[in-house]
Amino acid sequence: MNLLTNLINGIGLGSVYAIIALGYTMVYGIAKMLNFAHGDVIMVGAYMCFCATTYLNLPVPAAILIAMVVCTVLGVLIEGLAYKPLRRAGSLAVLITAIGVSYFLQNMALLIWGSAPKTFTSVVPFGAVSLFGGELIISWETIITVLANIVIMIGLALFTKMSRTGKAMRAVSEDKDAAELMGINVNKTISITFAIGSALAAIAGVLLCSSYPVLMPTTGSMPGIKAFTAAVFGGIGSIPGAMLGGLLLGIIEIFAKSYISTQLSDAIVFGVLIVVLLVKPTGLLGKKIAEKV
Amino acid sequence: MTKMVPLPSKSIVPERDAEHEPILETHRLGIDFGGLTAVDEVTLAIGRTEISGLIGPNGAGKTTVFNMLTNVYKPTRGDIMLDGKPTQGKSVAQVSRMGIARTFQNIRLFDQMSVLDNVKVGLHNDIHQSLLASVTHAFGFRKSEKEANERALEFLSFFNLDKFAYQKAGSLPYGEQRRLEIARALATEPKIILLDEPAAGMNPSETAELMENIRKIRDKYRIAVLLIEHDMSLVMNLCEGICVLDHGKVIAKGTPDEIKSNPKVIEAYLGKKKEK
Repeated sequence: MNLLTNLINGIGLGSVYAIIALGYTMVYGIAKMLNFAHGDVIMVGAYMCFCATTYLNLPVPAAILIAMVVCTVLGVLIEGLAYKPLRRAGSLAVLITAIGVSYFLQNMALLIWGSAPKTFTSVVPFGAVSLFGGELIISWETIITVLANIVIMIGLALFTKMSRTGKAMRAVSEDKDAAELMGINVNKTISITFAIGSALAAIAGVLLCSSYPVLMPTTGSMPGIKAFTAAVFGGIGSIPGAMLGGLLLGIIEIFAKSYISTQLSDAIVFGVLIVVLLVKPTGLLGKKIAEKV
Repeated sequence: MTKMVPLPSKSIVPERDAEHEPILETHRLGIDFGGLTAVDEVTLAIGRTEISGLIGPNGAGKTTVFNMLTNVYKPTRGDIMLDGKPTQGKSVAQVSRMGIARTFQNIRLFDQMSVLDNVKVGLHNDIHQSLLASVTHAFGFRKSEKEANERALEFLSFFNLDKFAYQKAGSLPYGEQRRLEIARALATEPKIILLDEPAAGMNPSETAELMENIRKIRDKYRIAVLLIEHDMSLVMNLCEGICVLDHGKVIAKGTPDEIKSNPKVIEAYLGKKKEK
């Protein structure tokens, strides 16, 4: 039963990683850049939800909506102000800028909300489900997180497959120049990608802080890095890869925590990443990159 | 509308087009890459339903001209007028929407997408989607999607590709990929289509079929075709007007017969006769 509990908790944590990893992987797939500020957008989303429920006494759905809208606008602004001017610059310049944006967001949060951790009130008003006479306890946060993850994955898969914007996104991710010559507005497509990724980050932030209710300016950074790891683990650029990578990472982390060592768990998580990349450098579901000869 | 340049006497605009304004005009077009002049003084006028060819030895700057026409390269000098409107300052996507489409020397399809989706990306053009519209797009989605499917299939069946519609574009045989690239370009509903070495790697029977297709495209869609090609029999049989480029400059313009007998062209291709 202990094993099952750990597995379920792992899937819960992994679902959060998967939702965050989607933001990394979509942006990488389309803009070919690593948006290291993505983790901090999660933090902003969680703070927005916290403020809306605590200070404005808004109902939870409205608070989540506000968090999503703010993060969407923030994501589009970050892209437009920080990354767009560097579209033709080297990838290193963009990477450094992303790290800069990350620190900027963290310090803005520090300035606005202070360094003292806030206690995030869970957005899920139910307790936990107790099964098998109390032997297996699943929190509603975990259930909602897993459900949200499934809905987002299906929605996103349909969106990229069926909608025109989704097709434009796939075209841009395969060949930016050819897509542009087909009349696709590449800048707008990239903006939309950032908007979607950031809206998902807001959801991830709310879900993360509902399960782990300590909210501070650095809350997003570690899950952000782990979700990035998950994206690379699953094969960066691949949406099912982000899903698989996130889930596996969450499960490995929880298992490492409960069976090996709490302190070593992060080391184990990143150790697994190193091993996977040594064996399969493109990640589990990553596409082979054809070298031009 | 006044003409930007008086048409050269040896116009490559065929007679049946002469009363119309050319669809594409360039005036003394040139581009430098870091002090090196790649293309210079290219003045062209292409009729509305004309099939014309851009030929020249390797490295003459033919693809560079295509890149300037589509605004992928910004010309250093000169003007381009597409259907009477300057393309200067427009983005690549905007120029595409103005009515110019192209294919590539090395095929550049969206390999991971289905054949049908490749064409549907081309259709993307005529829907001006805003960020909001793409979100609310879910409403009335089915209907517009059905229309898009039908139109895309029409383009595919024109090129006998409809049976491959749901395969990945990257899995198609070479000749089919070349045809799909043309179908995708046509789906943007261009006024002129630029084909970069469409017959490259084709055997004679495929080339013959391609020539037939290019004529069919012009006749059905009433558009202009400008092609770069090394296959001289294709160029001489298909094109109504030919422009020869050498070292980035136009060395001859005219009908196939005029080009064939032009001493400058012969020199560019075969080299100068040794002087005794």
